[in-house]
Amino acid sequence: MAKTNQVRGTREKVIATIEWILVLLLFLLVLFPFVMVAINSLKVKRDIIMNPFSIITARGLTFNNYVEAFVKMHFIRSFFNSLMVTGLATCLSILTSSMLAYYLVRYVNKFTAIVSAILIASMIIPFQALMIPLVSIYGAGLGVLNHRLTLVFMHTGFALAMSTFIYQGFIKSGIPLALEEAALIDGCSKYGIFFRVVFPLLGPTTATLVILNVLAFWNDYLLPSLVLSLKELLTLPLTTYTFYGTYSANYGVIMAALVLTVLPILILYFALQSKIIEGVVSGAVK
Amino acid sequence: MFALPGLVFFVCVVVVPFFYGFYLTLTDWNGMNPVKTFVGFSNYVVTLHDAAFWSSMWLTIKYVFFSVLLINVLAFLLAYLLTNGMKGQNVFRGGFFTPNLIGGVVLGFIWEFIFSRVLVSFGKGTGIALFTSSWLSDPTKAFWALVIVTVWQLTGYMMLIYIAGFTSMSHDVLEAASIDGATGWKRMRDIIMPLMVPSIVICTFFSLSRAFMVYDINLTLTKGGPYDTTRLVAMYVYDMAFKSRKYGVGQAEALFLFLLVAVVSIIQVQLGRSREVEA
Repeated sequence: MAKTNQVRGTREKVIATIEWILVLLLFLLVLFPFVMVAINSLKVKRDIIMNPFSIITARGLTFNNYVEAFVKMHFIRSFFNSLMVTGLATCLSILTSSMLAYYLVRYVNKFTAIVSAILIASMIIPFQALMIPLVSIYGAGLGVLNHRLTLVFMHTGFALAMSTFIYQGFIKSGIPLALEEAALIDGCSKYGIFFRVVFPLLGPTTATLVILNVLAFWNDYLLPSLVLSLKELLTLPLTTYTFYGTYSANYGVIMAALVLTVLPILILYFALQSKIIEGVVSGAVK
Repeated sequence: MFALPGLVFFVCVVVVPFFYGFYLTLTDWNGMNPVKTFVGFSNYVVTLHDAAFWSSMWLTIKYVFFSVLLINVLAFLLAYLLTNGMKGQNVFRGGFFTPNLIGGVVLGFIWEFIFSRVLVSFGKGTGIALFTSSWLSDPTKAFWALVIVTVWQLTGYMMLIYIAGFTSMSHDVLEAASIDGATGWKRMRDIIMPLMVPSIVICTFFSLSRAFMVYDINLTLTKGGPYDTTRLVAMYVYDMAFKSRKYGVGQAEALFLFLLVAVVSIIQVQLGRSREVEA
């Protein structure tokens, strides 16, 4: 008996070790492209072409790629364009979707049932089915392209269905009606109830949605590329794209530009890692 | 008043354009002309006869099929392994998620470098024939490159959702099953899989809709090349409208894409629901 247990114990240990090595290999495979980009961003072009793997190079390491990329892609300007669009759109989408969700949960009637159904149905519309009419209406029709606020407006509209849906789930299960009634008796107005009682209680869901929306807005390429074409307004993904087109032969500078583009979001990730992972999970499960 | 601001955004950006899109399919608009001539259903006829469009649609279906399958199998496996209390599992979870932080444009460029420079240099150095020329210049390999990058990007995200599914699974049921003698593959097939159906449904839905819409990775990794052999339908619609300046045809083709996504999503969700069980 003791012997079979021991055998089983050893077998389990072997399996666990194999599993661990398997996961480690996949992990290294996932990080491999990042490492390649990072080390090559510090090399001169000839070294990159001769041997992209080496860390120690014939011509030494250089930071010039970074300086050149930083200046030529107007990093600060694009960074602030992205920051402004992402920040405003995130605030707006949080505010409007939480209010809409609250309304849809608390005032149940035919109208709200229809609105909820349309919101859910709209989630399967691919963006490609909307982009041509959008350009037609907002470009040729209203002539409001090339404004950052137009992009903010559209980001908010596209994020609304998903955000409202997630808020609805949380309000239904997590906000006790008695609390709102108590506030009403204490003389709180309808808006007071929402902003002072309900919204603060939505905190965890708001955190989740901030994370999901920031990632989506910050990284989006297709929608901004349709709305913005003026150089001064371009967001980071757009700048990266045009920059790549102009410098495609100069690998070192390109690699540095890619690192610079990725850096802000990576810094944010390392600062808030556990929160971001939690947020992504609860956003999907609701 | 609570509903109004949100509804304004939604109606202006989603509802109105969606219906306006139907109107556009009935015109010959070229993107500039203020006059849109009514042309009836001719754009749909053009679409039905556009062989290049249908081959790009077929390519997209293949791409979505392999991507979604690989993403979910890998993510499920990783989630299973990373909920066993493995050493360093939090570091692994965090690392597998990193590709999702980065937008498709940058991911495509990163992998363009890997495929056309790093792997080629590796192939020439070691003599492994598979890598001696760039994958992106061969139609079949370029297709697989696209699938690999998509899998690389999305697996971590789906893994997190599966991890949430595994951690919320009732341990009593699993223990009872073990006592009854269900181990190994039997335990996986008869106990774990049925309980994970809700997670599988969500992950398949997410990965399906993401994969059908992929544009930026396609644009920066292969640009549709070589010779338009990897032009997925999202890029095809974009080119039809904004490069060939045939907005009506582009919109009609976009609606076919919408129909396909709608049908696939509905079938998938229904199929999943019918297999859901109560623990």
